[in-house]
Amino acid sequence: MKRSPLVLLAAGLAALLVAGCQTDDSTAPDAGVPGSVLPANFPPPVYGLEQNPPTKEGFALGRALFYDPRLSRDGTISCGSCHQQFAAFSHAGHTVSHGLDGLLGTRNAPALQNLRWEREFLWDGGSRHIETMPVAPLTNPVEMGETLDNVVRKLNADPQYQRQFAQVFGSKPIDSYQLLRALAQFTAALTSANSRYDHYVRHEGGGTLSAAETRGLTLLTQKCTPCHGTDLFTDHSYRNNGLDSAFPADSGRAHITQQATDRGKFKVPSLRNVARTAPYMHDGRFQTLEQVLDHYDHGVAASPTLDPLLQPTSGRRGIALSAQERSDLVAFLHTLTDEQFLRDARLAERP
Amino acid sequence: MKFSRFFLTLAVAAVSLTSCKKDKDVAPAVGELDIEMDHVVGSSSLVLNATTPNYTTPSGDHFSVTTLRYYVSNIRLRKSDGTEYVQPESYYLVDAARSDSKTLVLKNVPTGDYTGITFTIGVDAARNTSGVQQGALAPSDMFWGWTTGYVFLKLEGKSPEAPSGGFAYHVGGFEGTNSALRTVSPALPTGVNILVRTDHTPEVHMKVDALKILTGPTTVRFATFEAPHMPGPAAAKLADNYAAGMFRVDHVHAN
Repeated sequence: MKRSPLVLLAAGLAALLVAGCQTDDSTAPDAGVPGSVLPANFPPPVYGLEQNPPTKEGFALGRALFYDPRLSRDGTISCGSCHQQFAAFSHAGHTVSHGLDGLLGTRNAPALQNLRWEREFLWDGGSRHIETMPVAPLTNPVEMGETLDNVVRKLNADPQYQRQFAQVFGSKPIDSYQLLRALAQFTAALTSANSRYDHYVRHEGGGTLSAAETRGLTLLTQKCTPCHGTDLFTDHSYRNNGLDSAFPADSGRAHITQQATDRGKFKVPSLRNVARTAPYMHDGRFQTLEQVLDHYDHGVAASPTLDPLLQPTSGRRGIALSAQERSDLVAFLHTLTDEQFLRDARLAERP
Repeated sequence: MKFSRFFLTLAVAAVSLTSCKKDKDVAPAVGELDIEMDHVVGSSSLVLNATTPNYTTPSGDHFSVTTLRYYVSNIRLRKSDGTEYVQPESYYLVDAARSDSKTLVLKNVPTGDYTGITFTIGVDAARNTSGVQQGALAPSDMFWGWTTGYVFLKLEGKSPEAPSGGFAYHVGGFEGTNSALRTVSPALPTGVNILVRTDHTPEVHMKVDALKILTGPTTVRFATFEAPHMPGPAAAKLADNYAAGMFRVDHVHAN
């Protein structure tokens, strides 16, 4: 079919008409920045790439802030102090973390990974946005003990940060908006989707599972979903998994909702990199995956808010798991370790 | 030639419309309106940080005030025909300790005779949950870190009747039964309209009475009232109190 060049030109101008009124802040994501490509086996993200488009400079700035102890009141604690890369950005070996002056928190530092897919943060879901989430540890007196105003003051006094912030945001002075947007460039980039399991499920090279691992995967889908469902291995819900019969020290989700029906409920964590994020549970009470599975098999305590999935209408509480099944599950859980994520030099304190 | 004329027309349309500018010819005339917050405690002016208690509640509790801060948002102006002007990006953080925060400047208000004013004390649910904000909504100590949400109002002070010698009431919460969001429409003085014109700026003088936080539907006694620092029933009670009469239009300068 013959088409006049003029018609094409007219079509082009018509396109210009349509395009002319769109905002022009859609900086194309930089594929060289970690996390700027969304994994094919993941659901759509909550915090889309377009909401804070990843750029090399923004990411580098976010990383510098994440690892900078000057963000704490006395200059000793950075975000990275309690969120170590080799432990999937959890705090290796610490039931609860120590902040300023050796003060202890009350909960286990969770792994930071795939936060782009999280609607709510913290064990109780109190924080509702990836951008405002860092306000919690920054201002908590037993964590970093600072005020946003003071952090911003320190950043504005630093010529290197002045340059870096100006490069990313253009406008001066540095403010809390710039600080939190830059931090989100880093935290949103922490995508873990290159474990052996991921290669297996995406039919990629190196994606083979042993017989035990395959049995473990089958068991997981039979016995651990929906809580640890989807390829994010969490349903993002809050559940009481029977750790205790009462929750006087930490009411969990109820602390936020003020609802008695939420007492003892905590966020279901992802199982990704779980072999590296010990200790486990909101208070870090279990040291090994075997202890966790033992708990589900025969340690579940009764309480009014115990999750119905752990309280069958007949039979005993918990999830019955034979020794063989536990061993197969542990074998599978190790396939969720993402060595590339845990060693990615771009995510490290000194890349 | 027929084709080229069509092409030319399209080209002109494309170039003239892509600029995205509003057509100046049809832009409505606009003016400015100022709302001045005059802080009082009952019939006295608010004086912060008095060394001895300088106010007394109707119940006889003595107190002084160290901090009074609150958000005013989503301001709407109403005309006698019922139509409303809804101010976009309408967020103000008023701090009794900062004189520059006590005048709310509303720019680009369509000219007209306004007969009513409505606003929210606090920050709407959407802005509580949509990521980091700028301007008056920039995260500060009026934003909780441990749970999401802005502190709508803070009243802090000292009282010999308070068990610890002081009180700190922080009101927030934007959802469910404990929502402390309150919208008020303080009446204008009888017969007074707010006349917004291109060449003069009316000023609405608001008397903002901190005593109304402690009185109203719930009588607050420092000895027994549970100091709220989270969304909950105590915060909602304070919100009910201040929504019932903290803001009163004293007079309007036509200017």
